[in-house]
Amino acid sequence: MNIEHLVKMANQIEAFFKAQTNPDLAVDGIADHIKRFWDPRMRKQIKAHVAAGGAGLDAMTVEAIKRLG
Amino acid sequence: MLSKFDQDFGTPSVDSAKQVTLQIDGMSVTVPAGTSIMRAAAGAGVSVPKLCATDAIEPFGSCRLCLVEIEGRKGYPASCTTQCDEGMVVRTQTGKLADLRRGVMELYISDHPLDCLTCSANGNCELQDMAGVVGLREVRYGYEGANHTKAKKDESNPYFTYDPSKCIVCSRCVRACEEVQGTFALTIEGRGFDSRVAASQNEKFLDSECVSCGACVQACPTATLTEKSIIQFGQPERSVVTTCAYCGVGCSFRAEMQGNRVVRMVPNKNGQANHGHSCVKGRFAWGYATHKDRITKPMIREKISDAWREVSWDEALQYAAGKFKSIQAKYGRDSVGGITSSRCTNEETYLVQKLVRAVFGNNNVDTCARVCHSPTGYGLKTTLGESAGTQHFDSVEHADVIMVIGANPTDGHPVFASAMKRRLRGNDKGQRPGAKLIVVDPRVIDLVRTPHVQADYHLQLRPGTNVAVINALAHVVVTEGLVNEAFVKERCETAEFDKWREFVSRPYNSPEAMEPVTGVPAAKLREAARLYATGGNAAIYYGLGVTEHSQGSTMVIGIANLAMATGNIGRLGVGVNPLRGQNNVQGACDMGSFPHELPGYRHISDGKTRALFEQAWSVKLLDEPGLRIPNMFEASLDGSFRGLYVQGEDVLQSDPNTHHVQAALEALECLVVQDLFLNETAKYAHVFLPGSSFLEKNGTFTNAERRISPVRKVMPALAGKEDWEVTQALANAMGYPMNYKHPREIMAEIALLTPTFHGVSYEKLDKLGSIQWPCNEAHPIGTPVMHIDQFVRGKGKFVVTEYVPTDEKVTRKFPLLMTTGRILSQYNVGAQTRRTANVVWHPEDRVEIHPHDAEERGIKDGDWVGITSRAGETVLHATVTERVQPGVVYTTFHFPESGANVITTDNSDWATNCPEYKVTAVQLVRVSQPSEWQKQYKAFSERQADLLEQRVARQS
Repeated sequence: MNIEHLVKMANQIEAFFKAQTNPDLAVDGIADHIKRFWDPRMRKQIKAHVAAGGAGLDAMTVEAIKRLG
Repeated sequence: MLSKFDQDFGTPSVDSAKQVTLQIDGMSVTVPAGTSIMRAAAGAGVSVPKLCATDAIEPFGSCRLCLVEIEGRKGYPASCTTQCDEGMVVRTQTGKLADLRRGVMELYISDHPLDCLTCSANGNCELQDMAGVVGLREVRYGYEGANHTKAKKDESNPYFTYDPSKCIVCSRCVRACEEVQGTFALTIEGRGFDSRVAASQNEKFLDSECVSCGACVQACPTATLTEKSIIQFGQPERSVVTTCAYCGVGCSFRAEMQGNRVVRMVPNKNGQANHGHSCVKGRFAWGYATHKDRITKPMIREKISDAWREVSWDEALQYAAGKFKSIQAKYGRDSVGGITSSRCTNEETYLVQKLVRAVFGNNNVDTCARVCHSPTGYGLKTTLGESAGTQHFDSVEHADVIMVIGANPTDGHPVFASAMKRRLRGNDKGQRPGAKLIVVDPRVIDLVRTPHVQADYHLQLRPGTNVAVINALAHVVVTEGLVNEAFVKERCETAEFDKWREFVSRPYNSPEAMEPVTGVPAAKLREAARLYATGGNAAIYYGLGVTEHSQGSTMVIGIANLAMATGNIGRLGVGVNPLRGQNNVQGACDMGSFPHELPGYRHISDGKTRALFEQAWSVKLLDEPGLRIPNMFEASLDGSFRGLYVQGEDVLQSDPNTHHVQAALEALECLVVQDLFLNETAKYAHVFLPGSSFLEKNGTFTNAERRISPVRKVMPALAGKEDWEVTQALANAMGYPMNYKHPREIMAEIALLTPTFHGVSYEKLDKLGSIQWPCNEAHPIGTPVMHIDQFVRGKGKFVVTEYVPTDEKVTRKFPLLMTTGRILSQYNVGAQTRRTANVVWHPEDRVEIHPHDAEERGIKDGDWVGITSRAGETVLHATVTERVQPGVVYTTFHFPESGANVITTDNSDWATNCPEYKVTAVQLVRVSQPSEWQKQYKAFSERQADLLEQRVARQS
């Protein structure tokens, strides 16, 4: 899949959840959303992208993707 | 003419707790107070002669045929306009009444052609019936005097004829146009003998304001307004109640038949969604079902450059099954998937998702709700606990304030729009003022100003700023002390509400701060917010103008927040009401068409639910979400997704960024399309499985108000199989046994496995007519209004909705914002309506541009203009109009050659990937020829038409 699209989608998710007041909960929210709605191959790819430095991903998103396990 | 299979009670029913008892022809009759004598008599089996009365419209008292005698009263009052009183003694048949009625009929017939035997109304003519009932034997005046019997017909409307020679000037058509449809296109022109029905300013029907809903045709007691199909074929001999396959209103119709031929479709007055009303699509545009373009034989081909080869059902299904199996063997279990159809029945969508989950063994199933109302599912589930609208349509009758956001009901949901307009007009006797109206839309939709309706506030926002507007509305509610504190305290999560209250109170969410972003004057927005919060029962109706944005889900949440904060949820007249696009888009979502959810909106990771299905289906289910449609396209392009089964959808035309979709479809090894026609997607297919229209199958559709309605087979499937049978045969061909004998068995399985459907059965549907889910042990006859005592999730949840501007921004290169929508006469991708006479109203998609923007670019009305976005370019004719604001252009997407989606981008809703159809930055320039894409696509389409033409017939 186009990694740029996945990065954009992940950052969009972050933009929603970071407005929730507790940053830690926001990271959980991002992780939970990706887990619940992204197909495993999409998650695998974004995790690999984070492992490779996570270019373009916002900070909370990187943290959330690391929490995906 | 009315349906002869229905009883006409003459005047509308009256809803009153008080009952009155009277004597009619010696019988004791008890009716609700306010009921007319005519209706009371009809209910008791006594037919009072009548011509100008019918129960869809208010009584008028003009024909003087329904006169009765009432003891103790002078004269002969009209039974249609006289209400029943306690103890009244009424006689409907006396010698004097007979004389009076004969005299009236004699006058009518003295100016009426006597061609009854060859008249199209023969067999269902109220005038003829009344002449018989009153015993008219002669017309003493003769027929030679001045008359209208040679008046010229108006045949301009493609579906019905206006023959003024047959008109008795009863005004039923005029009143139906006003009261039922709310268009006010008809009038009685002239006085006395010269009185005639006229459309608009005495124009031809086609050129007038008439929207061809058919209400006048239905109301006409003679052959004056008659369906051309009745003129051609004659009167029907049987009638089957079924459900329309167009929009999410889900109108109930009587398919009136001669053998297996539909003669006409008449809205069913007992239909609980439409109450006997219809629109031009459902009423008239059904000819596509037997159009010559229907493909009725299965076809296969190795490559899309090959000619098609007609094969047997068995060969086509074995071929498709073999392809899917070999792709999975080579590329893995997750390399194939399916798309269910929002135009097919619940039972059919259920089977497709079952095929994907149980037979393909993955969760790569999605539906076209992905591109329309998926944010509704997410947003309402998050806040209220259920992915559906909160009210039934009739609830609008109890609303005091109606807020319409990003919806254009008069075009998209016309029959519901008529109900809404009726409430907005109020009671014309002045007893009940109309509801107040707030419209939130970038465009001046018809509702903003239409006969006897004018929006109190039109918040004409810039496309893409919905969330800024909803936050500003909430800001006013919270900071001006308009929150319904008692409701919030009792019904909602307090901590979440406090967070939300603090968030929306922030100064940057104020109408003043947001005005430069939204373009909505702050003072106006404040007044609208106050009206919504304090104007009594306030109901929100919204459409794709809410969902098809990068913040579509956020906006749905914002709407739910606002409704909860003001206590406008959980009773009649209020609520959050998504107007669903396609006939069964609600049903397709309910049936587990999304890749992350099993039927009934239960997440695939929920082990308990999965176990239920695993036991019923005898397979192990994957616990991970599958690919959504846009993800399928992406995965196709990276080679990890190779085979797709598409039932009744046209993703190539309907999905955004056509170049991208074309490339994705082209990259598939096996594309199986099941459809009525060789649609745009099917031009890329390797297997074509003929579909069946809604007239050819049994099943159910679920409309926007969660109403499950029966779809009944009125003719044999042209290709020999109903769609559910095809999916079942494909499952069997893949080695998974499915042996349903009838869709009722599929519904029984759905009911067994889905708590909100536990009480649904075909038997109950036959008995009740339709059922609104949840229907189960707690709600045995269904649920018109949800969240009454508590929310489905328990406490309502407020969620903070930060406004995040879309990436799709205007620049010097792309200085205009394009938004898209639909039009009354066409439906979605137009595959059905383009194959009907509806094209007379809308033969092409055009781009609307404001006169200021047009002048700057030297564009005149009717010019070819090139529309360029970051995704592509297309060319359309321009309509210069002030309906759009400066800086905004608008188009529809009903014709494939328009390429509206060549321009739309990959941007999508953050939560659901619903595409951002409503905001695309574009530039417009005058051009003289079609775009490169249009030329290439035309060549490709012609080549595909040739390959269809050259198809190798099956050797039998």
